[in-house]
Amino acid sequence: MNSTHDLEGRMTTDAKPDAVALPAAGQTSRQTGNQTRRQGALERLLRRKLAIIALVVITIIVGAALFAPLVAPFDPSEQFFEGLTLEGAPLPPGERFWLGTDLLGRDVLSRLIYGAQTSLIIGLVANGIAVAVGALVGILAGFFRGWVETVLMRFTDLMMAFPALLLAITLAALFRPSLWIVAMVIAMVNWVQMARVVYTETRSLSEREFIVAERAMGAGLGRVLFRHILPHLLSSIVVFGTLGISTTVLLEATLSYLGIGVQPPTPSWGNIIYENQTYFTSAPWLVFFPGVAIIALALAFNLLGDALREVLDPTQKGRH
Amino acid sequence: MVSYVIRRLLQSALILLGVSLVTFILLYLIPADPARQIAGRSATAQTVENIREQLGLNLPFYEQYVRYLLNLLQGDLGRSYLQKTEVSELIAARLPATLLLMAGAIFCELLIGLTMGLVAALKRNTPTDTTLMVLSFTGVSSPQFVIGILLLYVFAVQLGWFPIGGYGTFMHLVLPSLTLGLLGAGWYARMMRSAMLDVLRQDFIRTARAKGLKRVQVLFGHAVPNALLPIIAMIGIDIGLFMSGIVVVESVFGWPGIGQLAWQAIQRVDIPIIMGVTLVSACAIVLGNFLADMVAPLIDPRIKLR
Repeated sequence: MNSTHDLEGRMTTDAKPDAVALPAAGQTSRQTGNQTRRQGALERLLRRKLAIIALVVITIIVGAALFAPLVAPFDPSEQFFEGLTLEGAPLPPGERFWLGTDLLGRDVLSRLIYGAQTSLIIGLVANGIAVAVGALVGILAGFFRGWVETVLMRFTDLMMAFPALLLAITLAALFRPSLWIVAMVIAMVNWVQMARVVYTETRSLSEREFIVAERAMGAGLGRVLFRHILPHLLSSIVVFGTLGISTTVLLEATLSYLGIGVQPPTPSWGNIIYENQTYFTSAPWLVFFPGVAIIALALAFNLLGDALREVLDPTQKGRH
Repeated sequence: MVSYVIRRLLQSALILLGVSLVTFILLYLIPADPARQIAGRSATAQTVENIREQLGLNLPFYEQYVRYLLNLLQGDLGRSYLQKTEVSELIAARLPATLLLMAGAIFCELLIGLTMGLVAALKRNTPTDTTLMVLSFTGVSSPQFVIGILLLYVFAVQLGWFPIGGYGTFMHLVLPSLTLGLLGAGWYARMMRSAMLDVLRQDFIRTARAKGLKRVQVLFGHAVPNALLPIIAMIGIDIGLFMSGIVVVESVFGWPGIGQLAWQAIQRVDIPIIMGVTLVSACAIVLGNFLADMVAPLIDPRIKLR
């Protein structure tokens, strides 16, 4: 994949991957300078309506997950006798069970609230690992070049040739699925994008004059990498890390829907649909509400990531 | 150019070799005993051992892999453990359905995505623009199984416009194509919007307007074709998205393609099929990327292949 243009970049964004970095001008990398810029970025972020909506949605879902025992009206695994009709069918949304009940007469709202914990834990853990691995691979390959670059980037190319979901499914089938295994599987599939973005940026950064000068003055490797290169990558890592949470949430939902993700009785938005899908013609709310929850969370992180990209990147023209 | 193509082809071959090795290792590690599975529950230890020997499962790992590769070079993907059929035949029988579905998805994503992007660009910074862009993000943020099930519920169960899953007529194709294409439509909408905005700022557009062309003529004669070409060139890359999508979409709609084949094989630990489908998908993805790279300089001469 050595053409002069980077086609893979568009899989996550329509911005040029190498245009995401902060400009070199004025980059003395003083802590103060960076701080004021970040504060300005926060202000600019809060001026965007969509970003605020996204933050509100994320706050609500995170709040529900954190305070699940207080917020949830019922125990998520309690099977109510009166939660089923006399024929044994689930109840539609109503006064007692706001979002209805599932096949076993459990309260859907409570399961959704506890399911938020699952989605967020996996979103954060899996994405955290993916970001760390991807950034590390990208920095090492971009900075050291030579055989390190060849080995790491060829491996990245190899990973890109895998159909992501097929790989995740095969991996998930390898192990007995648990929360942490699912998170690991997702991380192993998702680090590639970050690696490519960070690699492209590090490569152009390490040829910039201020880095060359720093190295010429005899700065140690750690100093160059962590004090000079990493701060420049931060905005891309934040942007793609945020966008990555939504990819992770979607992948977890899909694996759980196929029955090889998070295992019942632990509720997850994906496995609520998995458990109840045979009933979807007579009880569509059992697909609709978890589906809306998944979309809301993924959409919120996508909108937030997009807003962050525009705010953190002065080189981009922003919205025309 | 020729040397670039040759190098890229060699690279692609190496990548595919890598994919085959990684998949083989993963499947080797799966804690299931295929021989016992084939033999059935009541088989004696001797029968199981015979089957293991027959399939070469008693050999050390590297020997199994080399055997697989040598067969692969002759176009032999091995035999399904459970169906006793050649994997290549199984895949060949299922492939047309998958290709049809992908063609439908490409049509849907271009139609929806490009229209949305075009309208958003023309109405930029209006509520229409914002709505369309949020919608495009929603497409990107929606899991395909949710879209699939909801489309089935509304258009097949409630309205009865389309059949509930299955394969055969044009009507069977609509909902699965839409489901598979919505994700890409989201990306295309955003790309089309920014491409249009870039093109509309160019001097030749102003010239076209200045020489007295009508707005519609400028738009569809000059702006849209220029914005469109680089986007169309990227269709090759979509194959990666599709290859992930078909597993879910085909199982939701009961579409008899290789995605469903793979999913059934994974559930039954039918290793040769999993291996075969993974390799075929990887080939398609590599080919798609290769084509996208080859087409790019034809469309934009500033791009040079090295």
